[in-house]
Amino acid sequence: MDKKVITLTVNGESHRLEVEARTHLADVLRDELALTGTHIGCEHGVCGACTIRVDGAITRACLLLAVQAEGAMIETIEGLSETGEIRDLQDAFRNRNALQCGYCTPAMLITAQDLLLHNPTPDRATIRDHISGNYCRCTGYQAIVDAVDTVAKARQAAGERP
Amino acid sequence: MKAYAFDYVRAATLDEALALLERAGDGGKLVAGGQSLVPALNLRLLAPQLLIDIAHLPELRGITCDDTTIHLGAGTRHVELANSPLVAEHLPLLQMAVRHVAHAAIRNRGTLGGNLAHADPASELPACMIALEAVMLVVGPGGERRIDAADFFKGLYETALGPDEILVRISIPRSPAGARFHFNELARRAGDYAMAGLAIAMHGNSPQDMRIRPVFFGIGDRPVLARQAALCLEQAASLQDGLAAAQQALLGDLDPQDDLQADAGTRMQLAQVLLKRGLADLVAQGRG
Repeated sequence: MDKKVITLTVNGESHRLEVEARTHLADVLRDELALTGTHIGCEHGVCGACTIRVDGAITRACLLLAVQAEGAMIETIEGLSETGEIRDLQDAFRNRNALQCGYCTPAMLITAQDLLLHNPTPDRATIRDHISGNYCRCTGYQAIVDAVDTVAKARQAAGERP
Repeated sequence: MKAYAFDYVRAATLDEALALLERAGDGGKLVAGGQSLVPALNLRLLAPQLLIDIAHLPELRGITCDDTTIHLGAGTRHVELANSPLVAEHLPLLQMAVRHVAHAAIRNRGTLGGNLAHADPASELPACMIALEAVMLVVGPGGERRIDAADFFKGLYETALGPDEILVRISIPRSPAGARFHFNELARRAGDYAMAGLAIAMHGNSPQDMRIRPVFFGIGDRPVLARQAALCLEQAASLQDGLAAAQQALLGDLDPQDDLQADAGTRMQLAQVLLKRGLADLVAQGRG
């Protein structure tokens, strides 16, 4: 099968790539662009480990073929880390022991940030609901909810300061 | 967990997509959001020769409203349903239901048309379409046709759509004033497939003019309108008075099967519990 030529903007950089139609975006990010912070778990949309942002909306990179993403603006954990957008979430995850093996962590951070962008004052049930599509096998989620809750309150307090 | 090789083309217009689909024959498969299709490809449950991407067709976009009807483009994403003021005002049942569809990252890409055409028996939106008496506009080489939601879902992953047809628009009558809706499902974890679920639309208050459409999903091979249970409720002096008979009538309306999640007896019990909770909610809404 002939390869397809696509153009993707990934973390602000434009890339011209040749991909097979069957290759999903998570494989392209990892294998072609060496952005290995996008993790692959189940490859059928259940575990959430490959969550990225596509045109600003969180998306499963394993459920999006690279050819479908032609022309899209992609943001991965590497991009969100470099810009400092999620520095406070990263600190809170570390301080609260909200990770152990770290496999789910990049996607968990992106998903948590997505929640806080859309709902700056979530209660714990809302946090749990929003991360319910991201599996963590280490923490039991309690510490993750704590970390997100801490950051929500800290951002709120910072926003209210004159 | 890697898909078989296939070719891919992004259609620019509905006519182009129809022509590609006709030419591809059995080897062609439409993709819009891909949130059910891509997992099936990755798992090698499907092996199409050509994927025809219809996510960018202008003909499938938009949510509009006229005096009698709301029109939803088949390409409307779940997140757009959830955030649409028109849907919130005129189709509250859909807004209640869409929250239960998978997770935020899936709802950002999955489309209404893809959801309906996939016809997963545990899916929320097909049941809502039957409760709300939606009409599907499909287009094929022979032109347009309209299919009532009640005739659209034929069985497990099976619909009335022909292999060369595309679901373009879903039209739903605006609900009369005072209409009430209920949606609930029972799943072991948030976002999982429901073991049993129920969508209800009702309007009219007096026993003479009350009409109710309780539609169960996750129970059989397709969503089921519980006709006998509805009749019990419409003939009773009040919803509470009709409850026991309606629960009993579900034994005839529904034909649950065993599967890995729950056996048939459990599913019937869950359906009866859902009906009881749903009616209590509708009664409470009526008091509000």
